[in-house]
Amino acid sequence: MIQLLRTLGHLTVDGVWQVGFATRFLFAMLRHSGPSFARFSLTIRELYFSGVLSLVIIVVSGAFVGMVLGLQGYDTLQRFGSESALGSIVALSLLRELGPVVAALLFASRAGSAVTAEIGLMKATEQLTAMDMMAVNPIARVVAPRFWGGVLSMPLLAAIFSTVGVIGGWFIGVVVIGVDNGTFWSQMANSVDFREDVVNGVVKSFVFGWAVSLIAVFQGYDCTPTAEGVSRAITKTVVYSSLMVLALDFILTSFMYIGK
Amino acid sequence: MNRAILDLWVGAFVALGFAALMFLAMQVANVSEEGTRGETITLRARFEDIGGLKVKAPVKSAGVVVGRVAAIRFDPQTYQAEVEMKVSAAYPFPKDTIASILTSGLLGEQYVGLAAGADSEMLKDGDRIEMTQSALVLEKLIGQFLFNKAAEGGSNK
Repeated sequence: MIQLLRTLGHLTVDGVWQVGFATRFLFAMLRHSGPSFARFSLTIRELYFSGVLSLVIIVVSGAFVGMVLGLQGYDTLQRFGSESALGSIVALSLLRELGPVVAALLFASRAGSAVTAEIGLMKATEQLTAMDMMAVNPIARVVAPRFWGGVLSMPLLAAIFSTVGVIGGWFIGVVVIGVDNGTFWSQMANSVDFREDVVNGVVKSFVFGWAVSLIAVFQGYDCTPTAEGVSRAITKTVVYSSLMVLALDFILTSFMYIGK
Repeated sequence: MNRAILDLWVGAFVALGFAALMFLAMQVANVSEEGTRGETITLRARFEDIGGLKVKAPVKSAGVVVGRVAAIRFDPQTYQAEVEMKVSAAYPFPKDTIASILTSGLLGEQYVGLAAGADSEMLKDGDRIEMTQSALVLEKLIGQFLFNKAAEGGSNK
């Protein structure tokens, strides 16, 4: 019994300590973010690795998600004889939820894990310590550019995901099944509000970008500097960021759409 | 990797991202919507029952969108709904225009339909449309229909 209580206490203290450390880490990173923008080539490199290289998986999954939405939406809607609402369903579900969330999940497993592995290995091979010895701040030189690269590429990736998804839904709905092209687009334009849906989607993906990038760089920086520690840190990055994205999505959705 | 190639790829990526955002804004959300562009005038109308009319619902005349519903209020003096519409100033409507609440399709969204009259004077900004027709509420229609049927059955006996 005492043992159980002690374990519980240990877990709680550990958890709080981790959160506190992550917050301090975030502030340290923000304070040392100057070089990421002053020497923008550092951030450009990270934009390439986390943004451009994620494009293929984002585009392909966006297309498939959109096509599945087209098929399922049509199947459900035609029971009520309202296939014309297919455009609205595809666009709204992509813009509001699927675009930001699925893009963020893919981004976490594709780019977040890579960032954690890179920083973790740098730590394990003592490159970070070596930088410190040479009076180069590793947070400013290594961590912050990777963080900002992730934050900046996330909204763009989500927008690309939604766009490709809409085109995928259009392909299935209009080209394959034969819903009227004009109705598809006009119904979509009627029900989608720029401020309400498009902007809120971008805000969501921006928040997810912060969460995923912070978890990725923090786990890399905080990992045990061994092969096993790095692999555990990568697993944690993917698990924590996925959970974080889904939980944040619930909170953001309840503020954006329901709380009015 | 070569700096120039890196820049090129990132530039292409950013351009693609913004193109996607533009697509979402223009094609999907249709920011520049017909009938709400340019100058508008505000018209008011009182309805007995607005059914499921919502703010931002289209105002159509002859099927063409000429404006949007700007606000819906309840008037405690007359116990009627007061609907405020922003209609494009490019389309002036006569004073005896009839505003009715219609439904697009059987289960579609509701909109305000304007049927132009023949008066030579035009509605000005802030004017009230006096002749209105309320929304058809499906339950009332069904109730009336059943009532009529029952009455018929009674008289036949």
